[in-house]
Amino acid sequence: MSKITSVADLKKKKEQVQLNLGLRENSDAADTHVQIRVGMATCGIASGARETMNFLVEETRHQAIDAVITQTGCMGFCYAEPTVEITLPGKEPVVFGHVDKTKAREIIDRFIIKGELADGIIPVNFKTIDEY
Amino acid sequence: MSEYNFQILVCGGTGCKASESEEIRSSFVNLLNEYGLEEEVQVVLTDCFGFCEKGPIVKMMPDKTVYVRVKPSDADEIIKEHIVKGNQVERLLYRDPVTGTVVRDRQHMEFYKKQIRIALRNCGFINPEEIDEYIAHDGYMALGTCLTEMKPMEVIEQIKKSGLRGRGGGGFPTGLKWEITAKVPGDQKYVVCNVDEGDPGAFMDRSILEGDPHTVIEAMIINGYCTGASKGLVYIRAEYPLAISRLKIALAQARAYGLLGDDILGSGFNFDIEIRYGAGAFVCGEETALIHSMEGCRGEPTFKPPFPSVSGYLGKPTNVNNVETYANIPVIINKGADWFASIGTEKSKGTKVFALAGKINNVGLIEVPLGTTLREVIYDIGGGIRGGKKFKAVQTGGPSGGMLTAEFLDTPIDYDNLLAAGSMMGSGGMIVMDEDDCMVAIAKFYLGFTVEESCGKCAPCRIGNKRLHEILERITDGKGEIQDLDRLFMLSNVIKDASLCGLGQTSPNPVLSSLKYFRQEYEAHVKASHCPAGQCKALVRYEVIEDKCTGCTLCFRNCPVGAITGEKREVHFIDQSLCIKCGVCFEKCKFGAILVS
Ligand SMILES: Cc1cc2nc3c(=O)[nH]c(=O)nc-3n(C[C@H](O)[C@H](O)[C@H](O)COP(=O)(O)O)c2cc1C
Ligand code: SF4
Repeated sequence: MSKITSVADLKKKKEQVQLNLGLRENSDAADTHVQIRVGMATCGIASGARETMNFLVEETRHQAIDAVITQTGCMGFCYAEPTVEITLPGKEPVVFGHVDKTKAREIIDRFIIKGELADGIIPVNFKTIDEY
Repeated sequence: MSEYNFQILVCGGTGCKASESEEIRSSFVNLLNEYGLEEEVQVVLTDCFGFCEKGPIVKMMPDKTVYVRVKPSDADEIIKEHIVKGNQVERLLYRDPVTGTVVRDRQHMEFYKKQIRIALRNCGFINPEEIDEYIAHDGYMALGTCLTEMKPMEVIEQIKKSGLRGRGGGGFPTGLKWEITAKVPGDQKYVVCNVDEGDPGAFMDRSILEGDPHTVIEAMIINGYCTGASKGLVYIRAEYPLAISRLKIALAQARAYGLLGDDILGSGFNFDIEIRYGAGAFVCGEETALIHSMEGCRGEPTFKPPFPSVSGYLGKPTNVNNVETYANIPVIINKGADWFASIGTEKSKGTKVFALAGKINNVGLIEVPLGTTLREVIYDIGGGIRGGKKFKAVQTGGPSGGMLTAEFLDTPIDYDNLLAAGSMMGSGGMIVMDEDDCMVAIAKFYLGFTVEESCGKCAPCRIGNKRLHEILERITDGKGEIQDLDRLFMLSNVIKDASLCGLGQTSPNPVLSSLKYFRQEYEAHVKASHCPAGQCKALVRYEVIEDKCTGCTLCFRNCPVGAITGEKREVHFIDQSLCIKCGVCFEKCKFGAILVS
């Protein structure tokens, strides 16, 4: 890792990562990858998030789905752990609750491959700092 | 990709299920089939939308129109108007309760979102083990602004102007604390982050550190810049291994980028952070005890003043703040103090994170603007009481707080209102109780916790709480007397007045508030040996109904303590002095011959 030694450096870094992460409209990554985030805080892991994550990694590889799978912190829906957020290319993120292996398979087959929604979506019930 | 042009999202959260979401879904599905639209429109059942009061909610995609209080019979009109003709169904749109105007446009269609995530902005969105993701979401930008464009006092002015108050419990104005620490002369100062979080049922701070460790690091550096400290210490309980490991990764990454260390962002400012582990004692969350624990001494509080800002770690000026307090700082700098101050009430600005637990449907972590009512939190976001039971009380502030009854459901939550109601904000634990909870037993539970956690340094807390607990035990055992109620009251007030630290000063709150709001429950225990909620085992009595007993010996064989005697085919007998009230005989008896009273 090279050091960030000025604010200009930091801004450059920010733009570069935003491109890599597909957070910018003109980035290539956003058009091709399915982004999958698994809630892996203590609460999620205790309800089996690690198994869900491993399953998603294996299954997407197995089915040759172009997916980037990462871990994230607590989404706040403890009553519905494990929770998984999926962003299809060019679409808004969708959060699913109670994602065990069976649910994960259904999500891959119905949502990721066919683009249909599946039961058990958790509607986003909060505003972000940019929406307020 | 999807061949559906429309999607109808029907709320299937526990709160709405009670109001027929399944029927709504099937009437949509049936009608769509009838009209031959099933290929074009998909119907899905979702989890809770967080607006149960107006449920069931139906959201139309892709245009995001939200319909409230939908009934199965509305499905036809929604399909014919909305889907076929493209017109919104006026009468099902949400009306703003204040202005009475109908909410129809896309921008305002998010009216049902009662939460705003500031401290939790990145939790659940970014990978906490990747500093780059934090940077992509404005991470370390606030630090950059502070170090290169603002003088320390200007930053402090912004924090003061934002109105941010400490989220660790006391609610002390954060900007003022920073200013005091900054103005005290000292060659070495310290910045401390309090991650002790000992309040049973609370996990706000753990979640922030696990989900977004860099926000705490960034804010601590900013604090160091403002107060003139070059060293930060994170005091974290050893029971949080995941939070510790993510924090360590974050610290290493920040150092690798030069965001911690010497000459940060070329500003000439040096700062680094160390981790200190706590053994998980509740009292070590109290700032003076925390500091002594870090010094290698016993984790016991000392008298304030001097406050840590003046004389803290190793006798040096030390700024102690809570995790959530820090998590707000970068946003205040990035979005501005005025933006932050526009959220909340007059004296309590911004948002507060709560850990919702107890008898509630949507157990979880929420963040709401201060001034939100308990009703909104419990019934809208929390999805209401589990099993459709009746709300009885909510405990805020953990063992230091009090019980709030139904009469406070519409009280806006802020520091001052909660204090006035005999509770306190605390760090954010919120435990909901229903009709099955015995308030005397709950008060006893919290006192049991306090007795365990009291450091024992001062007599009122060490001895007084023990006596309080004994009296409560007596009452729940059915051995109390009416005078015990006065004793509880008097002793509680002595403990509050005479204890050295916040632990003892607040520990009688659960007793005082339950005495105040549920006195009749205490009276039932002592006067009639009756527990109205049926929770206090000692007040329950199991007896054999002689006429019904067939002498089958089933109870005799199942009683774990041998309290039942009797010959085969003869009436059995329960020895009350041996009975532990486990209820096995009642469950096992096939003849209904066990009487519970
Ligand atoms: C018994 C007791 C326990 C406390 N536990 C915590 C805690 O776990 N976390 C915390 O941040 N503050 C806790 N506090 C409050 C701290 O003493 C201190 O006020 C706080 O960390 C200051 O930060 P703030 O101004 O950002 O809230 C506790 C106080 C008492 C009396
Ligand atoms: S009030 Fe209790 S915890 Fe605080 S110093 Fe006294 S004995 Fe210790």
